[in-house]
Amino acid sequence: MKMKKILCIALVLMMAFGAVACGGDDNGDEGAAKIKLGGIGPLTGGAAVYGIAVNNGAQLAVEEINALGGDIQFDYNFQDDEHDAEKAVNAYSNLKDWGLQILMGAVTTTPCVAVASETNADRIFELTPSASSTDVTKDKDNVFQMCFTDPNQGITAADYIADNNLGQKIAVIYNNADAYSTGIYTAFASEASAKGLDIVYTGTFSSDDNADFNVQLKGAKDANAELVFLPIYYTPASLILAQAKSMEYAPVFFGVDGMDGILTLEGFDQSLADGVMLMTPFNPWSEDEKVAAFVSAYEEKYNETPNQFAADAYDCVYAIYNACQEAGVTADMSAEDICAALISQFTGGFTFDGLTGHGMTWSTAGEVSKAPVVCVIQDGIYVDL
Amino acid sequence: MTFLTHFISGLSLGSVYAIIALGYTMVYGIAKMLNFAHGDVIMVGAYIAFCSTAYLNMPPWLAVIAAMLFCTCLGIIIERLAYKPLRDASSLAVLITAIGVSYFLQNAALIIWGSAPKVFTSVFDRIDNFRFFDGKLVVAPETLFTVLACILIMAVLSVFINFTKMGKSMRAVSEDNGAAQLMGINVNSTISMTFAIGSALAAVAGVLLCSSYPTIMPTTGAMPGIKAFTAAVFGGIGSIPGAMIGGILLGIIEIFARAYISTELSDAIVFGVLIIVLLVRPTGLLGKKISEKV
Repeated sequence: MKMKKILCIALVLMMAFGAVACGGDDNGDEGAAKIKLGGIGPLTGGAAVYGIAVNNGAQLAVEEINALGGDIQFDYNFQDDEHDAEKAVNAYSNLKDWGLQILMGAVTTTPCVAVASETNADRIFELTPSASSTDVTKDKDNVFQMCFTDPNQGITAADYIADNNLGQKIAVIYNNADAYSTGIYTAFASEASAKGLDIVYTGTFSSDDNADFNVQLKGAKDANAELVFLPIYYTPASLILAQAKSMEYAPVFFGVDGMDGILTLEGFDQSLADGVMLMTPFNPWSEDEKVAAFVSAYEEKYNETPNQFAADAYDCVYAIYNACQEAGVTADMSAEDICAALISQFTGGFTFDGLTGHGMTWSTAGEVSKAPVVCVIQDGIYVDL
Repeated sequence: MTFLTHFISGLSLGSVYAIIALGYTMVYGIAKMLNFAHGDVIMVGAYIAFCSTAYLNMPPWLAVIAAMLFCTCLGIIIERLAYKPLRDASSLAVLITAIGVSYFLQNAALIIWGSAPKVFTSVFDRIDNFRFFDGKLVVAPETLFTVLACILIMAVLSVFINFTKMGKSMRAVSEDNGAAQLMGINVNSTISMTFAIGSALAAVAGVLLCSSYPTIMPTTGAMPGIKAFTAAVFGGIGSIPGAMIGGILLGIIEIFARAYISTELSDAIVFGVLIIVLLVRPTGLLGKKISEKV
């Protein structure tokens, strides 16, 4: 019994000292006035892939900008939200205590909606790399997106399929428990019927049981669908491709930007993805000079090929940097003043050339205008069409 | 033919549930506790099999054995460290410990293997699809072998429980823990043995599950674990044939509900059926008041 007590006390002491040690670990940046740029996204939990990529991309951009030694320097701090709205708001409070001036985030839609109403009330400028729902920017003049919106993707997909005669009979499998997936599907369905495409089968799943797609695929197969539209993330998509192969069903699979990342899945049989079409703003195998430089810097630093989330984040930091330069934002301005300056900058004819698009502009609603690019996967790389 | 296709996928899914449910039901029958960490042992088994084939280039059959050995040890260690000290504690305390172990395993997997999903190469990768009725019915090898494995495990387990000395002591402990101890049966080692068998089965289930549905994530075991627990209750928890029948019925009901009623409501229908069965037969399909529990 006595041993246990001693052990308990020792543990308590260790925790107390541990906390102190963590508290004292702040980066003391005296003198150099830096703009405090915060980020929020999932670094752990089921959606960690996206948050980690965003953090990596943003980190790279911040380091490059600070190395330039210009007037604008960033002090960067990224907080984990575990893809949870409540934790995202907590992370935001932490950032505010730290002295947040500009926010890049949140990465995923649901947490981003929660954080966006906070930043709107606090008047802090927010640019999200990847939260694509229109709910994120709705009625919030201070929130802008770097990714294209869900309806935009659905409409583009339907137009592309119709214009290129990829198939007349379309099946859709989407996640009806997910705002992203449902948002794309709804826009796709209405545009498809306007374009005269025939949606012969619609299969749904909810994220909890996304393991078995035999029923949905059988439904699509029996309806003789020539093209299966998959407005979903790559994890269920990889299961769909594997199960379609085992039931010997080979339609054209057409994915959206959530499909990006499927080739980086460890152990994934890349031949399954051959011929899969997807829309993505970023092609790491593109011959664009800027993209190639980013990809090689990223690969050197993190030992993996960047995905669109990393590219979106990289663009976010550079867009904020350019806008700050043009609007004359300095580190000693209050967050509120920076917010006002950047809003008028972003909505006042500001254009930005980045990795994920050229000549991007933003509407007063916060939506970015850039065209999704359709690629096809061949031999494990994206080929522009 | 569509009906038959759905029936076969239901049978295969149900077989996986049945193998997992065996682990739940054996542990419940003998240790009188719900081992909610069982679903996560499946996930660990799948990861071990993945690492053995992907990193160590083991042939599939060796990977399965490696996963079984690892999970057997894991099961015994979990029992020793987390459950044995609580043998005389209230069942609620043990239940909460089990949930804690479940979270521990999930988060440990998150640290070790990361959150990005990994794709499991099916252990039946080199076998072609089976064709019946002039190619009208295509059956994947995973599907067929899952059902066969389930039947085999059931048969071996029945022989083990009914005709070996260890099986006899398991039955004795399940019937009356105290009396068994008085008769000279080592209760602790019997319970460890149960955990070992249950965990080895979990490893097999993990490999079969991930051969059919090939992504592995730290949360892979959670939902199948809950479904299999439902199956065990459905069939009558503590009864081995009950777990088998419960698992297979649950798989078939789930697939049919999804195919013919609604993809969204399939889980609601599955759990709805469970409620009806429990209302009519509170002990489950094969559960008897004085049953031979193992």
